[in-house]
Amino acid sequence: MIINHPILGPRDAAEFVYLGDASLIDRPDWQAEDAAEQFYKYGYLRDNPAGQHQELWYHEQGDRSWLVVTRNTLSHEITQVELARDVARAKGRDT
Amino acid sequence: MTYSAFRILKEGLTGNKGWTPAWRDPDPQEGYDVVIVGGGGHGLSTAYYLSNKFGVRNVAVVEKGLLGGGNIGRNTTIIRSNYMLPGNEPFYEMSMKLWEGLEQDTNYNSMVSQRSILNLFHSDGQRDAFVRRANSMFLAGADAELADQAQLRRELPFLDFDNARFPIKGGLYQRRGGTARHDAVAWGYARGADMQGVDLIQNCEVTGFDIKDGVCHGVQTTRGAIKAKKVAVCVAGSSSHVMAMAGMRLPIESHVLQAFVSEGLKPVLPGVITFGAGHFYVSQSDKGGLVFGGDIDGYNSYAQRGNLPVVEDVCEGGMAIMPMIGRARLLRSWGGIMDMSMDGSPFIDKTHIDGLYFNGGWCYGGFKATPASGYCYAHLLATDEPHEVATELRLDRFKRGHMIDEKGVGNQPNLH
Repeated sequence: MIINHPILGPRDAAEFVYLGDASLIDRPDWQAEDAAEQFYKYGYLRDNPAGQHQELWYHEQGDRSWLVVTRNTLSHEITQVELARDVARAKGRDT
Repeated sequence: MTYSAFRILKEGLTGNKGWTPAWRDPDPQEGYDVVIVGGGGHGLSTAYYLSNKFGVRNVAVVEKGLLGGGNIGRNTTIIRSNYMLPGNEPFYEMSMKLWEGLEQDTNYNSMVSQRSILNLFHSDGQRDAFVRRANSMFLAGADAELADQAQLRRELPFLDFDNARFPIKGGLYQRRGGTARHDAVAWGYARGADMQGVDLIQNCEVTGFDIKDGVCHGVQTTRGAIKAKKVAVCVAGSSSHVMAMAGMRLPIESHVLQAFVSEGLKPVLPGVITFGAGHFYVSQSDKGGLVFGGDIDGYNSYAQRGNLPVVEDVCEGGMAIMPMIGRARLLRSWGGIMDMSMDGSPFIDKTHIDGLYFNGGWCYGGFKATPASGYCYAHLLATDEPHEVATELRLDRFKRGHMIDEKGVGNQPNLH
């Protein structure tokens, strides 16, 4: 697979480390009433779709950026690559 | 029809006209006591033990495609019980014992071959870890034997003992481990279940569950609705997809694992050998091909095919321990979809929905577990109590903080 890095251009997926579903960006509030339940779901449960999947890849052998890759798990076709930083900020995260 | 050497002789002398199909091809009935979703190895073994050991015979297995067309038909055929943790090892040792009696039990030649499995170690620290593993295997009644380098030099002179990066210091044998003919395992269970009246319904995809007020009353399929007192899902890589139809999210990611076969060679490998410093396992089939594999590709996939970096990595692992295979040509490779769980261990459990049961999360170790998985699942379905060796294989173990993490890498499915 080739991941079209937003800054560095097309890079071999072997340069990256895969973390998992991009929903991992949305870390629950640790002070919430139901924090234990939320962290259980966050840590262990996954949608695991057959089809479009947004996922986190880390460019370990490159610029060490985190990317959000939109990829089809049935065909491995990658349709969108964004910096995870941009995705997180668009969701209102400031750190 | 009972299979025997006498029968082969008789049929051979009479033109082989007396053989009948190994199982029927029935249409679905209106309802069953148990409907098993998934006609793979685990589903068929569940049906077999339900009907043969627990007396539950009003059973159907519904399968989207053909029987045994999934991971049971595409694995590297290794059987072993060299696990470590208490939640796992007794279960796998029970499976090993069932393997040992499988062919007599099912009256089917599953080509169970206890040709041994050897896990190589490459450092003092790894030897200590293997000694510990061997001791915990003993605790569960399994066999283990530590071999030093001198012994292995005598037995397996082709190994690259003096590899500059990963010298081979010795290995942990399980002599009772080995291989089995994967397809025949599925076929033997299918035939044995069919003979007890289990309906094996192929080309019948489940499209939904009939759930009312927290109780599951049956399934919707492409061949109509089927009522069931109990629905037992057993669909490996498709677990998340199928259980989503019941509104459940699972602690599972689906990943692709590749496997490989070389061209046929004269007998060179006596048993199964695994690399301790990377991920590579190899055995030789009775046809002569080297059957081997390594790591999963490492990203979510339902594609049943992988990518080249893993091909390279697996072949490098092979070359690091046995350079003699370097000139053998790769004949075939393929991929299967693994239901990778959050701790690398499986589930055999009820769900929060009455009448709906789940078996899955076998990662890439489901084949060796086929007999015990079916036996324990059948036990759960028949008695509503987990079998004593499967009490830890629960869906809620992450919530309770009781992960069964053999590798100790945490909730990262692609590292197990």
